[in-house]
Amino acid sequence: MNAIDPAVSVDKLTKSYGSFTALTGVTFDIERGETFALLGPNGAGKSTTIEILEGYRDRSGGEARVLGSDPQRGGLAWKARIGIVLQSSGESGNVTVREQLTQFAGYYPNPRSVDEVIAAVGLEDKANTRLKSLSGGQRRRVDVALGVIGRPELLFLDEPTTGFDPEARRHFWELIRSLKREGTTILLTTHYLDEAAQLSDRAAVIAAGTLVAIGPIDTLGSDEARTPIVRWLENGIAREQRASDPGRVVAELVGRLGEPAGLEIVRPSLEDIYLGLVGAYEADLASRASHTPRPPSASSTPSASSTKDQVSA
Amino acid sequence: MTAALQAPATRASSFGIGRTLRLGAARIGYETKVYFRQSDTLFFTFLFPVIMLTIFSVAFQGMGNIGANPDGSGGISQAAGYLPGMIAAGILLSGVQNLGTDIAMERSDGTLKRLGGTPLPVLSYFFGKMGQVLATSLLQLALLLLVAHFAFGVDLPTEPAKWMTFAWVYLLGIATSAVLGIAISRLPRSGKSATAVIIPPILILQFISGVYLQFALLPDWLQSVASIFPLKWMAQGMRSVFLPESFAAVEPGGVWNLAGAAIALLIWLVGGLVICRLTFRWIRKDS
Repeated sequence: MNAIDPAVSVDKLTKSYGSFTALTGVTFDIERGETFALLGPNGAGKSTTIEILEGYRDRSGGEARVLGSDPQRGGLAWKARIGIVLQSSGESGNVTVREQLTQFAGYYPNPRSVDEVIAAVGLEDKANTRLKSLSGGQRRRVDVALGVIGRPELLFLDEPTTGFDPEARRHFWELIRSLKREGTTILLTTHYLDEAAQLSDRAAVIAAGTLVAIGPIDTLGSDEARTPIVRWLENGIAREQRASDPGRVVAELVGRLGEPAGLEIVRPSLEDIYLGLVGAYEADLASRASHTPRPPSASSTPSASSTKDQVSA
Repeated sequence: MTAALQAPATRASSFGIGRTLRLGAARIGYETKVYFRQSDTLFFTFLFPVIMLTIFSVAFQGMGNIGANPDGSGGISQAAGYLPGMIAAGILLSGVQNLGTDIAMERSDGTLKRLGGTPLPVLSYFFGKMGQVLATSLLQLALLLLVAHFAFGVDLPTEPAKWMTFAWVYLLGIATSAVLGIAISRLPRSGKSATAVIIPPILILQFISGVYLQFALLPDWLQSVASIFPLKWMAQGMRSVFLPESFAAVEPGGVWNLAGAAIALLIWLVGGLVICRLTFRWIRKDS
């Protein structure tokens, strides 16, 4: 039955801090072996969600199951099956990379080899360097190494690549793909949408404590938000048109204008779609809170952005 | 990394007491190594009693012996007079100050949060801390005795009974100090304020408990206040080991009162254990 149960199951999860509500009924499942990205602006509730699932915070309401257990009551055997990469930490770091990994490997029943993990995060040259002498990005790689040393079935990554240079990020993506090939289930929060697009099978977007979209990356957002945009110059004026059949639009333009100047067809990027989702939700909240209709020019929703030069490629 | 990942069967037996002890032993080595790599704890905790013993012994040498006859003969040297107090202070510093600030820092810098997400038992973590305290405090003690004996010519006791007293006062004292260190680490709200919150009360305790000032010279009410706390009893126990019998006359009631020391330290030890058990959390839960 382990194979059928989802790795993570969250139902109407809520979390309040005093009068402030951080999560208002979030529901999603993560299948075994799946890589799932949690996207959202700062303060939207990503870290609150992930920390509830890691067992660090107690939920205020709703249900949560992680690897078949209630994370609030996860014992040592349960902890041995998960790996956690927290957001940045500032430990004093008077041990070397190898000493730290060797120490942590000892906590797990079936750890990975320390040298393999050091190589996987690309710190072979720094294996005998004390943590405090590492750069921020290198320390982050140690965090990732500590998260995977115990050979977790489920890996939590909370903004794992903050402070990485582009090369380190590519390297990290390779590592995540290799973990995925081994069957590791991964829950990832990130600010980098290209990272979510590269790594995740599905993503959920959280805004103001509410799940506003969920699904495979290439299906997020409304159809309208995904509609390609054709841009061209006509008599020196920039024009654009949203069209689900951009080829036909272009053919029509060519028939009318000959070779159109400045022609481009743009598919809204994940970032456009994401900003549209979050913007629409927050605008909706704000208008409901103030009871005054917002002027259309202030809205950044995709539906409104078909009015000229709002969408950036 | 190529082997397919199997869901490991969770063997409940592999998370038993044997594992807790084995990981505790591994933590002791790790903790002790880290301790000696921190230059600030090395100075303020490890070397502090030796440095203070040296300063006091040298500074007050000109005042002659303690308890000397009017003609200057007899009595004991300043170094011999300060040694028991410095030993007691070392025990307190190695336990309370060291662990109190150390764990408060670890709570605020994310070390405890990280450990709390691993299958490390809390008890193994405690064993690691207490083992580190014992190991570093034994070294500190050895250094203190060597410096007192060879640099300042202090005669160490030769009777086995004295060393037996020394052993139990030391072990009870260090266990109490370590437990109180873990308990007190809960007080500072941040790592930055840890030393500011923990060091001053410990410094005051040292002044009123007969470490820097002769206990017998303090007013009665201050002696009574100090008697509430464990340091006074550790210092008194150590005086009974290292000072001549005649010095018992100036103690409260004119006796060393070792039974009182044992009872006071045991009460603090048990109280500390209860506080640790009730209050220790890997992180401050917010709910």
